[in-house]
Amino acid sequence: MTSLPPRPGSTTTQPLRPASPAPRTVQRSWAGVLRQELFASRGDGLVSVLLILLILASAVGLLRWAFGQAQWAVIQVNTTLFAVGRFPIEQQWRLWLLVVLVAALSGTSWGLLRAFPRADRSGELWPFNDRLAVALLGFLAAWLPAALALGFPLQLRWWAITGLLVAMRWIAGHWGRSWPPRLLKLVSLGWPLLYLFGMVLIAGGLGMSRVSPSNWGGLLLTLLMASFAILLSFPIGVVVALGRRSSLPLLRWSSVLYIEFIRGAPLITLLFLGQNILGYMLPGGWAPDRVWRAAWVLTFFCGAYLAEAVRAGLSAVPPGQLEAARSLGLSMPQALQRVVLPQALRIALPAAVGQFISLLQDTTLLSLIGLLDLLGTARTVMANPEFLGKNAEVYLTLAVLFWCCCAALGLGSRALERRLDPTHSPA
Amino acid sequence: MINTLERIPWWRDRRVMPWIVQAVVGLVLLVVISLLVGNLVRNLTGAGLLLSWRWLGQPASFDVAESLIPFDASMPYWRALLVGLVNSLRVIVVGLVGATLLGTAVGMASFSSNGLLRRLARVYVEVIRNIPLLLQLLFWYFVVFLALPNGTAAFQLPGVVVSKSGLYLAWFAQGFSWQGPELVNGVWQAPLRLSVEFTALLTGLITYSGAFIAEVVRGGIASVPLGQWEAATSLGLHWSASMRSVVLPQALRVIVPGLNSQYISLAKNSALAVAVGYVDLYSVSETTLNQTGRALEVFLLLLGSYLIIDLLISAVMNGVNQLVQIRER
Repeated sequence: MTSLPPRPGSTTTQPLRPASPAPRTVQRSWAGVLRQELFASRGDGLVSVLLILLILASAVGLLRWAFGQAQWAVIQVNTTLFAVGRFPIEQQWRLWLLVVLVAALSGTSWGLLRAFPRADRSGELWPFNDRLAVALLGFLAAWLPAALALGFPLQLRWWAITGLLVAMRWIAGHWGRSWPPRLLKLVSLGWPLLYLFGMVLIAGGLGMSRVSPSNWGGLLLTLLMASFAILLSFPIGVVVALGRRSSLPLLRWSSVLYIEFIRGAPLITLLFLGQNILGYMLPGGWAPDRVWRAAWVLTFFCGAYLAEAVRAGLSAVPPGQLEAARSLGLSMPQALQRVVLPQALRIALPAAVGQFISLLQDTTLLSLIGLLDLLGTARTVMANPEFLGKNAEVYLTLAVLFWCCCAALGLGSRALERRLDPTHSPA
Repeated sequence: MINTLERIPWWRDRRVMPWIVQAVVGLVLLVVISLLVGNLVRNLTGAGLLLSWRWLGQPASFDVAESLIPFDASMPYWRALLVGLVNSLRVIVVGLVGATLLGTAVGMASFSSNGLLRRLARVYVEVIRNIPLLLQLLFWYFVVFLALPNGTAAFQLPGVVVSKSGLYLAWFAQGFSWQGPELVNGVWQAPLRLSVEFTALLTGLITYSGAFIAEVVRGGIASVPLGQWEAATSLGLHWSASMRSVVLPQALRVIVPGLNSQYISLAKNSALAVAVGYVDLYSVSETTLNQTGRALEVFLLLLGSYLIIDLLISAVMNGVNQLVQIRER
C-alpha cells in the first residue's frame, strides 16, 4: 500500500520512504516501530544514536540548570509587574473582576459548543480533548501559583477562578440545550460586550477612576495591544482586500498603495513613524498618547497583511458564486456579505490566524520604543541591580509563555477550520 | 412601457454609481490626506524642521562600533547612514545564505527515513515559529554569546574560535597565506573577526528564518508526486541522489516564490539589530534622529532604503524563478 504524498502546506508529516522496499504491515509491535523508525539502515542507526545522545545531553544540561543553578526569584518577586505592570494596587480588583468574567464566559461558551454539536462533533458531552483540557487546567491551577510563590489568598483566588470556569463549562454543557433562546443570544453577545466593559475596567470610566495607559504594562499591555490590533485590523483587512479587487480604479490603487507601503517597511520603522511623526500630523491635542499611537500603528500594520490573506481567500471563490448571487437579485453588498465573504473568509482563516500569531509576537517590538509590554517590563526588571544577569531565567520564561499562547492559537485555528469545513462529515 | 424601463433609479444605474462611489472615497481620502500633510507642514515649519537635506553634510559627531568602510565621528551624517546601510546589507546577505542552507537541510530532514530526525525537524520549526524573533535575538546575545568564556577558555575548533569578544575565523592574511586565529597576550587575533553583536544577530536571524524556509522547502518537496520518488528509486538512485537530481529540481518551482517572501521578511527583520547593539541602518537612523530631530527625512530615508532592498530581492528572485520553471519545448 502506498501512501499519498502530503499536500503542500499540510501540517502532517507523512514520511516518504522511497528507499525502504519493505511493505508496511498494518499491525506492528512497539519494537518493530522503533526499529523501522530509528534503525532501518546502518546510516539511520548511526544518526539515531548520535541524536539520542545529543538530546539526552541537552535535556540533562537544561534540567540541571533549571533545578540547580537557575535562580527563579527574579520571576517570583516580580509576578505582579510581569502581569499588569504598574497598574495601581488599589485598582487591581478591576482586573480580577475582568479575569473572573472572562473565565465565566469562556466556560459558558465552551459548554454551549458541546451542548449544540455541529457537523464535526459526535455529540459527546465530554469528549477526550475536553477531559484533557480540564485536567491541564487543574494542573496549572495547582502548580503555577505555587511555582510562582504566590501568597495563599492569591492561590485561593486562582483555584476559585479555575473552579468557576469548569463549573460554567459543566452547567452550560448539561443544561445549555434547555436555556431560553434569549439567554443564548446574550451569551453570543457577551464577548463584544465583555471586551468593551474590559476596556472600561482597564482604562476607567463608569464611576471608576482613570488609569493612565502609561501605567499599563506586562502581560496586560501585551494582550490589550494584540487584541485591539487583531479586532480592528479585521474590518480594515476585509475592506482593503475588497478595494484591491474592485473594478473602480481609485479604490484599487489606493488599496494597493496602502498595502505595499505597509508591507515594504519593517514594523520598527512604522512604529518610529508613529512615535516621532504622527504627532506632527494631527491637530494639536488630537494626538493620542504613546501607547495608543503604537496600538494604531500595529492595527494598520496588521490590516495590510490581513488584506492580502483575505484577498487570497476572495480569489479562491469561483466568480460564478458572485454572478449567481447577483442574478438572484441580491445587491452587491448583499452578495458579498451573504455569499462571497463567508466562503472567502473561511479559506483565509489559516493565513489570518497565522497573521494574528505573528502580531502577538510583534507586540514585543513595543519594548524597543520604550513601552513596558511583557518584554519591556522584563528588560526594566533585569536593569534592576538586584536581578542583574538573570537574563536566562527571564527570557526563557517569556519564551515559554509566548510559545504556549501562540501554539494554543494555532491549535484553536485548526479546530475552527475543521468546524467550518462544509465537506467534513460527522465522525 | 418604454418610459418605465428607462427610469432606472440612480442608485442602481451602473453608469452613475461607480463614479459617485469613487468621488466620495476620493473626497474623503483627499480631505484626510490634506489635513495630515497640512498639519505636518505647519507643525514642522513652526519647529524649523521642514524638509531639508542640508544637515546630511554636517559632521555626525558620533562613532560607529564596526564598519566596512572607513568612518570616524568627524565625517558627515550621510556617511554614517551609508555605514549603517552597508552593515545592514552585510547581515542580510550573509543571513540569506545561512538561512537558505539551514532551511533546506531541515526541510529535507522532514523527509528522512530516520523517524527521530523527522520529528526533530518538526520540533525545531514549531519551537522557533512560536517565539518572537526579538526575544530570540536577545536570548542569543545576552544568554548565549555574552556568557561565552574569553581568552584561553574560549571554544576552539580548527580555524574557528568562538568567544565573548567575537567570532574569529581563519582567512587569507596578507599575501594569500591561510592564517588561523591565534592568542596574542591573552587576546584572540584573526584575519577575520566578526563582532559578537553581528554573530548573535546573524545566529538569531538564520535560525528564525531557517524555520520558515524549512516549511517552504517541505511544502515544495511534498508537492512532487510520489511517483517521481519511486521512479528514481527503481532506476537505482539512492535517497540523496534522487533528492538532489530528481525531486529538488521539480520542488524548486514551488519553493522559489515562497523563498522570495521569506527573504524579504529576513531583510526587514534585520532592523531588529538595534536590540542587540549591532549598528545597522535603523540604529544609525535612530541616533541621527536623536541628534538632529529630522524625523521626517530620516523616516523617508529608512523607508526608501528598505523599499529598494525589497525590490532588489524580488527582482533577483524573479530571475531565479524564470530559471527554475519547466521549459516545455
